[in-house]
Amino acid sequence: MPVNFNNAFGIHDDALLLFERRTQLLSENIANADTPNYKARDIDFNAVLQRAKNDSVKMRTTNKSHISLAQQAYSNDVQYREVQQSAADGNTVDTQKEKAAFAENAMRYQLSMNIMSRKIKGLKTAFRGE
Amino acid sequence: MSVFKVFDIAGSGMSAQMLRLNTIASNLANADTIATNENDVYQARHPIFETVMQAQGGNSDDVATVRVREIMQEQTMAIPQYRPNHPLANDEGFVFSPAIDSIAEMADMISASRSYQNNIEVLSTVKEMTLRTLQMGQG
Repeated sequence: MPVNFNNAFGIHDDALLLFERRTQLLSENIANADTPNYKARDIDFNAVLQRAKNDSVKMRTTNKSHISLAQQAYSNDVQYREVQQSAADGNTVDTQKEKAAFAENAMRYQLSMNIMSRKIKGLKTAFRGE
Repeated sequence: MSVFKVFDIAGSGMSAQMLRLNTIASNLANADTIATNENDVYQARHPIFETVMQAQGGNSDDVATVRVREIMQEQTMAIPQYRPNHPLANDEGFVFSPAIDSIAEMADMISASRSYQNNIEVLSTVKEMTLRTLQMGQG
């Protein structure tokens, strides 16, 4: 069975990039919870996942100075959150929701991390041939 | 790695909230400060927060941190009190005390401290995540 290192981690190495970006966005929302006129931002995880599933054509980076498509794509996926209850000062952060989303995102991140960790362990065992 | 930017973001949030707590402490501490002249009375101070969008070079990921744009002073009328025996009383026997709403300040304090805690929680979660990432595939 040929081992292909490009596919060894499945979607999880790409997913980590997305979770990282989301961690940043959600922490921005929490830090700006009391800032007038701040509009909460987030990435729709399911939409990105769906698109990744449908994308059959992938761009390859063959040079170090190429920018990976995945990293750029997430910037375009950043959207303003829909307002449930508007505040008088124009702020749209719902702290409770942001905290819940942050916790969920951290869990997903750790899940992907654990899976990648296990894959690495599996590969190591395969190399040793014990 | 964008996870490291979170330390800046949450840090800016914490410092802004800490300044807010400082102004609340000043307001509460000076709630009973009395003055002879109406214009010398302490005025409650409130910070105005502002989002700073820092554009990152290369890709279009920008970072939204917080900063205190300015500290506004309230323009409320001082409350005159008729206390002719007070050493600071003016010729008509009045002293002036600031119109500080202690209860509103206390509520503001709780709100500021909650926001501060939220930022700390974000920091510790991200620290945990980063440390685990560094240990990936070990052990």
